[in-house]
Amino acid sequence: MRSPLARFLVRRILTALLLAVGITLITFVLTNLVPGDPVAANLGQRAVGDPAIVAQWRADHGLDRPLPQQYLMHLEGLLHGDLGTSQQSHRPVLDDLAESVPATLELAGAAILVSLILGVGFGVVAALRRDRLSDHVLRVLSLIGISVPTFWLALVAFYVFFFRLQVTPGSGRIDPGMTPPPQVTGLYTVDALLSGRWDVFSSAIGHLAAPALVLALYTIGLLTRFTRSAVLEVLGQDYVRAARAKGLPGRVVLFRYVLRPALVPVITVAGLAFGSLLSGTVLVEAVFAWPGVGQYAYKSATTLDLPAVMGVGLVVGVVYLVINLVVDVLYGVIDPRVRVS
Amino acid sequence: MTAAQKTAALTIEGLRVSIGGHDVLHGVDLTLEAGRVHGLAGESGSGKTMTGLAVLGLLPHGSRASGRIAFGGRDLLEMPARELNEVRGAKIAMVFQDPATSLHPMLTVERQLTEHMRHHLGIGRKDARERAAALLAKVRIPGPEEALKRYPHQFSGGMRQRIAIAVALACEPEVLIADEPTTALDVTVQAGILRLLRGLCDDLGLAVLLVTHDLGVMSAVADEVSVMKDGLVVETGPRGRVLREPRHPYTRSLLDALPVPPGENSP
Ligand SMILES: Nc1ncnc2c1ncn2[C@@H]1O[C@H](COP(=O)(O)OP(=O)(O)OP(=O)(O)O)[C@@H](O)[C@H]1O
Ligand SMILES: [Mg+2]
Repeated sequence: MRSPLARFLVRRILTALLLAVGITLITFVLTNLVPGDPVAANLGQRAVGDPAIVAQWRADHGLDRPLPQQYLMHLEGLLHGDLGTSQQSHRPVLDDLAESVPATLELAGAAILVSLILGVGFGVVAALRRDRLSDHVLRVLSLIGISVPTFWLALVAFYVFFFRLQVTPGSGRIDPGMTPPPQVTGLYTVDALLSGRWDVFSSAIGHLAAPALVLALYTIGLLTRFTRSAVLEVLGQDYVRAARAKGLPGRVVLFRYVLRPALVPVITVAGLAFGSLLSGTVLVEAVFAWPGVGQYAYKSATTLDLPAVMGVGLVVGVVYLVINLVVDVLYGVIDPRVRVS
Repeated sequence: MTAAQKTAALTIEGLRVSIGGHDVLHGVDLTLEAGRVHGLAGESGSGKTMTGLAVLGLLPHGSRASGRIAFGGRDLLEMPARELNEVRGAKIAMVFQDPATSLHPMLTVERQLTEHMRHHLGIGRKDARERAAALLAKVRIPGPEEALKRYPHQFSGGMRQRIAIAVALACEPEVLIADEPTTALDVTVQAGILRLLRGLCDDLGLAVLLVTHDLGVMSAVADEVSVMKDGLVVETGPRGRVLREPRHPYTRSLLDALPVPPGENSP
């Protein structure tokens, strides 16, 4: 607790917890503000015409109580892991999410990993090879990555690689005949490795590759551009020239003196980009029939399945919170000057 | 090597530099001697910094240099990058103008002070730390052991420049290029840094190139003085001679611009 870094971390985590409570309030209020009557969406034509049935239904779902009380009930439920029952699937929302969230985490996580490795890698190479051929090629590629709309790319990729070339397996997370690996993390690739099922692992990776790449392309392009300019900016700094003047080998200068400060703006952009990457999952999941949160959210929203929508809102909010927390913590780890404030 | 011995530590002959096709140095000649401070003056943009950077092969992206920079029987301009890296920091060191930006903001003082020592001298972490603490004491940083653990932003500007000087001296170089080391500092701090440089030069037999556009600073510490204008050295000679009887009209105009005639406040 004495080190500034530890104090900084504790402060950030406490803030994140507070924000999490804020998110529950926001999702609750938003779902109650939507114009649209859940009664009409969930009961049949005949039932809606019968006031007794409607009143009974509203009472069953706690909709007859005052809003603050509804919120407290909602919060109490959350503490017990109760996110309500989906009005659509008639299953606990938690169970629905337990299936769809890992699927999306696997997809988005893979996309984030790929975009970090390739985006930062390409950006560094472009900066170091500034004005040479590889720099020009990477800059054009990153521009393409940024310009191509994800939904269009998803359709084209699915059509070309699956229907035409048949190099990628079809939709879903694994081959249709295969049983999923025993659930530990819910990420098929990880679970397959944990249980030593190599056939499942390679099938899962094969299914993951195309949608993850499609999802990552924009972020790869964005990170390439930002990393390139951040590295160039740092290369022009006095302290890098001073490091070179000390006669340190090029790779030491790059890894210790250049990359660290260059990553600060890159992390900011990456945090924002991962947010938009998450919204991209809705489209990509639809095209690749990936059974994730995006599909679930779409279904729940169009049927005004309020508990499900709230559950999704909560999950998305918490994911954003975690991304921001990670970004903040990384700032503090990278830059000692941030820790004091 | 004693200060009395006159040995050319570094000789620059006909140094030409162009950046992106635009000529900035047109044949600079300079000689640095061990144990002597060579002051380099000249207006902004005359090429003082580029001369210093050329010595270490640190010219900006898109530069070309020709001529000769003789050091230890070798021409630094012809030296392969790998060998030049063994000269940089080890035999020829540099201190930059702004101590606020020339130390890495995210690395501890210890790291910045010991990294090149360990690399060039091949010593272990513990030895390097001991040397680093001794160096900080030499440049008069109070509490050297504690200071090693801190980051640059935790020091004042004058202290940072002392640390930068300690970094430059860490491998006991023969030549020190100090590019306006005191411009960013206030006057009282300035005097301390200059005295420090002068002392190091006398004690260690260091050859110092002191870049400054302040002729007052120059008259206080330099043995030799050169004046640059538009990428050329227009006048060079012993301090007393250049500052009292300037031969080039440009030097005279620089002197006339001074509020107090130089030489009257020399040590
Ligand atoms: N990165 C660069 N790219 C192109 N030209 C540059 C660059 N840096 C400096 N120059 C040019 O080189 C010339 C010499 O600059 P230099 O920095 O050596 O001057 P200086 O004498 O150190 O000036 P000052 O007293 O302002 O530091 C100037 O004409 C300047 O415009
Ligand atoms: Mg300069």
